[in-house]
Amino acid sequence: MTERAPVLSVRGLSVRFLMPGGHRVAAVTDAHFDVAPGECLALIGESGCGKSVLASALLGLLPGNAQTAGRALLGDLDLLDADERTFARTVRGRLIGLVPQSPAAHLTPVRTIRAHLEETVAELTEVRGRTALREAAEAAAGRAAFPVTHLDRHPHELSGGLAQRAATALALVGDAPLLLADEPTTGLDRDLVDRTVDELRRHVDQGGSRALLMITHDLAAAERIADRVAVMYAGRIVELADAAAFFGAAGPRHPYSRGLLDALPDRAFAPIPGLPPELGALPEGCAFAARCDRASDACAALPPLRGTVACHHPHAVLTEAADRA
Amino acid sequence: MLELRSITAGYDRKVPVFRDVSLSVAPGQAVGLLGPSGCGKSTLARVAALLHRPDSGTLLLDGTPVRRWRHRAPRDRRTAVGVVFQQARLSADPRLTLADLVAEPLRATGRREEAAGRVAELAGAVGLTTDLLTRRPHEVSDGQLQRACLARALVLRPRWLVCDEMTAMLDASTTAALVRVVEDYRAATGAGLLAVGHDRVLLDRWCDRTVEWASLVPPAATTS
Repeated sequence: MTERAPVLSVRGLSVRFLMPGGHRVAAVTDAHFDVAPGECLALIGESGCGKSVLASALLGLLPGNAQTAGRALLGDLDLLDADERTFARTVRGRLIGLVPQSPAAHLTPVRTIRAHLEETVAELTEVRGRTALREAAEAAAGRAAFPVTHLDRHPHELSGGLAQRAATALALVGDAPLLLADEPTTGLDRDLVDRTVDELRRHVDQGGSRALLMITHDLAAAERIADRVAVMYAGRIVELADAAAFFGAAGPRHPYSRGLLDALPDRAFAPIPGLPPELGALPEGCAFAARCDRASDACAALPPLRGTVACHHPHAVLTEAADRA
Repeated sequence: MLELRSITAGYDRKVPVFRDVSLSVAPGQAVGLLGPSGCGKSTLARVAALLHRPDSGTLLLDGTPVRRWRHRAPRDRRTAVGVVFQQARLSADPRLTLADLVAEPLRATGRREEAAGRVAELAGAVGLTTDLLTRRPHEVSDGQLQRACLARALVLRPRWLVCDEMTAMLDASTTAALVRVVEDYRAATGAGLLAVGHDRVLLDRWCDRTVEWASLVPPAATTS
């Protein structure tokens, strides 16, 4: 998998928001990761840790007071350098398909799902002519398992699960190499969560050259489909690990990742003490130290991402294969 | 006891969301109600919280039937039930600071003078810092706002708690933290709990017993 060039290569991505009064909020700091063809990378973390800001940066949707640094290469294109025209004409829908957080809010309330799909097909593909568009739209609905019988309904007439499939169908129309799913399962019940993420996984497996970056706080969803997991805390990626090891016997190495998993109701069901720090007032050293039971004087310095984990006192590696840089 | 007896409720008398549903919660007991989205479990939770008048059936609160609902309910009944909703953002007045949000039920019941002490006490319990208490809802995260909404539900020391998908929007750590706050409160006061949700693993772990929505609905009533 690693021999092929990555679909998305993020190098040192940082996002700062300039607030009134010269105040700066460090939403994302120095993120490095790749997403390979056929791979699903799950970006997990508590709400407010910067996950969605990272997604907005990749789609050129940051507000005007945001400053970015670093690179995010999609093929030869640096997404952090691209202008709005490039995003509108070549990136959104064509190079990156977005599966949004709340499909009900993403769809236009006064138009049917068929109208959404036909417009998207006409905009993103070479298909022309009424009959051809109609057929292409129905084929697109079929790809996301959206029932053709419901195509003439408006968004408010759909259940949460069907609205999610409609949004997924739209994201797949442009056959984009990168699928970006931003909290695709928020508010769905367990069965629908499983079905939604399984469908996303299937689209990655079918294409072979397609990659999926799924942003989620739903650890069960991430465990179900991810190949690798990136854990974000206070704007930084603190662990980047193989999903099987992360969720399996070896377990995560960063104390924060351990805390997240231990909070699950089928594990210890114990919360991590305290609250995440404010992104506008991050401590000098490790941002997790204040909540960490392993913290020591060393944590006053910022730990670099070494191997798979950014921590001064990571949990032990259980397998020999684990890398120590 | 909190007893729902053959409740039929909905938003249109001709097509009720459900018919003839019964469920009871004993004092100190935690009951989980599990069902898929759109099944009517939130409507039942609203009935249990005196927020929705059922088309027929009886709600018995500590042995006495409820005859008046919402703002018409007598104060001592209304305040016997604390409610936490799924969407913290929709259930918080955007003009209030979190401290005022938590204190609002005390103000509304003429117990303003208790506010400062209770807010400080509850802020500690739910993990809100002094700095967060001075902010308004748009300045805090979903998890922080839900912590405030839980504190608001507890501020009048209700004998019953209704948590309608309290943690559906939250991450694992915040979920575990809020469930712990509810359980600490229940251990201290002996309050009963009706927790509505769709996460079986969570409800099984949290509650004394978990009830499937499907098992509450009489077979004849499911034809729609």
